[in-house]
Amino acid sequence: MLRFILTRVSLIIPTFLGITLLAFFLIRLVPGDPIETLAGERGIDPARHEQLLKEYGLDKPIFVQYGIYLSRVLQGDLGKSMITQEPVLNEFKALFPATVELALCAILFALMIGLPAGIIAALRRNSIFDHGVMGISLTGYSMPIFWWGLILILIFSVQFDLTPVSGRIDVLYYIEPTTGFLLIDTLLSEEEGAFWSAVEHLILPTIVLGTVPLAVIARMTRSAMLEVLGEDYIRTAKAKGLSRFRIVALHALRNALIPVITVIGLQIGVLFTGAILTETIFSWPGVGKWLIDAIFRRDYPVLQGGALLLGVVVMSVNLLVDLAYGLINPRIRHTR
Amino acid sequence: MTTETMEAPAAAAPTATPPHPLREFWGYFSANHGAVAGLVIIVAVVLVALLADVIAPHDPNVTNTALALKPPFWQEGGSIAYPLGTDPIGRDILSRMIHGARLSLLIGIAVVAISIALGTVLGLVAGFFRGITEIFIMRLMDIVLTLPSLLLAIVIVAVLGPGLMNAMLAVALVILPHYVRLARAAVITETSKDYVTAARVSGAGTVRLMFKEVLPNCTAPLIVQASLGISTAILDAAALGFLGLGAQPPSPEWGTMLADAREFVLRAWWVVTFPGLAILITVLAFNLLGDGLRDALDPKLKR
Amino acid sequence: MALVEIENLSVEFPTQGGIMRAVDGVSLKLEEGEVLGVVGESGSGKSVTMLALMGLIPFPGRVKADKLTFNGRDLLTISERDRRKLTGKDVAMIFQEPMTSLNPSFTIGFQLTETLRLHEGMDRKAARRRAIELLEQVGIPSPESRLSAFPHQMSGGMNQRVMIAMAIACNPKLLIADEPTTALDVTIQAQILDLLMTLQKERNMGLVMITHNMGVVADTAQRVMVMYAGQIMEERSAADLFASPQHPYTAALLAALPERSEGGRLATIPGVVPGLYDRPKGCLFSPRCAYATEHSRSVRPELRPWAGGHIRCHYPLGDPDRDAAIQHDHPIKTEAAS
Repeated sequence: MLRFILTRVSLIIPTFLGITLLAFFLIRLVPGDPIETLAGERGIDPARHEQLLKEYGLDKPIFVQYGIYLSRVLQGDLGKSMITQEPVLNEFKALFPATVELALCAILFALMIGLPAGIIAALRRNSIFDHGVMGISLTGYSMPIFWWGLILILIFSVQFDLTPVSGRIDVLYYIEPTTGFLLIDTLLSEEEGAFWSAVEHLILPTIVLGTVPLAVIARMTRSAMLEVLGEDYIRTAKAKGLSRFRIVALHALRNALIPVITVIGLQIGVLFTGAILTETIFSWPGVGKWLIDAIFRRDYPVLQGGALLLGVVVMSVNLLVDLAYGLINPRIRHTR
Repeated sequence: MTTETMEAPAAAAPTATPPHPLREFWGYFSANHGAVAGLVIIVAVVLVALLADVIAPHDPNVTNTALALKPPFWQEGGSIAYPLGTDPIGRDILSRMIHGARLSLLIGIAVVAISIALGTVLGLVAGFFRGITEIFIMRLMDIVLTLPSLLLAIVIVAVLGPGLMNAMLAVALVILPHYVRLARAAVITETSKDYVTAARVSGAGTVRLMFKEVLPNCTAPLIVQASLGISTAILDAAALGFLGLGAQPPSPEWGTMLADAREFVLRAWWVVTFPGLAILITVLAFNLLGDGLRDALDPKLKR
Repeated sequence: MALVEIENLSVEFPTQGGIMRAVDGVSLKLEEGEVLGVVGESGSGKSVTMLALMGLIPFPGRVKADKLTFNGRDLLTISERDRRKLTGKDVAMIFQEPMTSLNPSFTIGFQLTETLRLHEGMDRKAARRRAIELLEQVGIPSPESRLSAFPHQMSGGMNQRVMIAMAIACNPKLLIADEPTTALDVTIQAQILDLLMTLQKERNMGLVMITHNMGVVADTAQRVMVMYAGQIMEERSAADLFASPQHPYTAALLAALPERSEGGRLATIPGVVPGLYDRPKGCLFSPRCAYATEHSRSVRPELRPWAGGHIRCHYPLGDPDRDAAIQHDHPIKTEAAS
């Protein structure tokens, strides 16, 4: 088991190097002076320029520069924002919980609807329910979520005045971040109504962000279930006289979940991307909106560092999913 | 079409023959109503795009502040001259959408074409030369696949600068790995077959071999992937447009239209509803077609 | 009262190209403690017949029969709940592929005790004890440690023993073994057959041995049913059938046995089992039969009593008037006849 974990962890090292390499080179493609791009100081005098050139090691050969960059990244130094002069890592840490909270709610929403829908669709193959689920999920999969967000705002906020349009919580409340997750912090703060305000603000972004994963999970669950239900061991389970519920919920689902878990893991990467659009629509103060803002402010250190961090987060989630996959699939655990 | 074969009870009709392969393909494909619907929608969108200049009632770029934010014709204050209403600076939404269809299709096809061209070359190279070349290419593709596609596209565009061309390039790079993998897998299975060895023995050059012998044998999965790729390309390009990183105003690209309309969401529902609906329907059509093609081609691939 | 009574059973599957009749008019009786061999090529409907008895025909298959009883209970009208009480307890089944027939995500112990706890109402401890006993009975070494193993950690032979242990867990009256040895190594095959026969004698349970291997039947069965393209061709006591086969198809199958081959060359039956698109109008075996006539090509024979069993043939081999009948019905010269 330990060996399995170690192999998996070592496998992500090349990916990590690749991501840093991409982040390193992409920023070189920005037209203009690299010192001004990276140091975030504009219109500096030649002496200072010289000094910074040395400091960033830009006078050295390119692979040495990459080495310097890599060692700084490994020490957690991702540079400073040109606008706020704050270290990129600190800004990321402050905003990341907002994105995680949204992403977790979205994946939970997707799972709670997608899994049962997929299972029932598989059990009632070719029924109206099955066709309905498949039609809706393909529509969800094709959904331009930036538009979907606007439509939900039109219906729920503008037409029925049910949900707020933007932000994480009503401006009435000020919540000191303890965990960074507003749903928890509001409960801790004992401010009346703050929790419900946070919930209200979460509803639309959760639906918008959860739509594509929901569609993918429903489709995947259905096809995995259909495949598993045709396996020999399901016939064995039937021949044992087990109840239909036990066959489906235990013997089939346990095996069908294996590919579904992988898909959920991959969806988490998609989720962080979707967060960029969702956060932009709902002015959700997370890392996605932060990245987009950085682009328009030409805040390249934030763009470089933020993209790198998001890449690493996605990579780590994929690793965790990989490990979880090994846990629920004994065949993998024992053979590798 | 297929009814007579469907109803023939085999036990009573010993002379029934198995259907012709092409007919069988159409049988599978047409049995999938979604796929047929997708095909019909795509044909319609293509026609609209081709005939945009003829059927659009107005010039998509002519502004007229006197006509700003007119609602669709069935609402009070709307007129049949501007069936789907006008945008904040008085442009006809329907005309812009019709011209937008042209852009979206162009984006989808161009992106997939670039991606297929580049992807098959890389995949063929990886599959034929193996060794370090293959490891390098495939590792790089794995990394691209690991990163969320839109994030990568956004970063690329942010660096290269906003604009339709850069957005298309970014999306093409992002969907590249699928084609590389496909082409490589096809090469590896095909090169182990006898006919490739035969062609090699008879003196065919490597490059000739790649394109004339191997490529035609991976067309089926390539067609499926291309159909799905077009939908991704349209969707991602529209997302970039929406974020202000893709096509720039006043271009009638659907995503860009939405970006312009965002601030009017509280006042004029029609400016946000229709362009997005167009994206959804077009993307859905390509996904339906891709699914249908895969289902229809898959049994053959497995056989 | 017979343990199993089947009359005029047919099983149909709708497919893209039409309705496929996998089992066509099968009737059979099985007494308690009897061993029946069901023989036929792949696709002859022998497995599907038994799956129908177990109630395991997958959707959208349709089962029709004039009579289908087990131990006096009517299986055509039985409720889903009552049937589940029967299957796995009084009638159990083992399958061809032991590696895929066990659930890869659960341990052997879990899968074995599951049946005991369901049908015998045992608690965890009792079920565990019984599971160890069962594994011992089917000849698995160090059974206690095997309980926590997963199927992929064991060999095919061991897994088939586990399948057998699972099947006999609740002392069934009938065990259906569907090609139990086909997927195994030759040396293991004999061991598994021995095991099955020993268990059958000990417990006096009915045993249906489905196989395409005449040799397996010869070693085990008291009675043999030969199936072809979904129909019974011949059904008689094993001794009689092997001594003097009455159906040309049975004779051809026996001639194909290596130990019966003459002149060092293995006899084969030309042609293949008819598929969905080429089901003959007359006798289903007529396209491959050495004695086919105009009559047998156009009129399908009925299953009729013959020589202590049943046969579906116009011209049984033991019929003294056979040659005259064939001449009268215009024989067709085929490859097989030469």
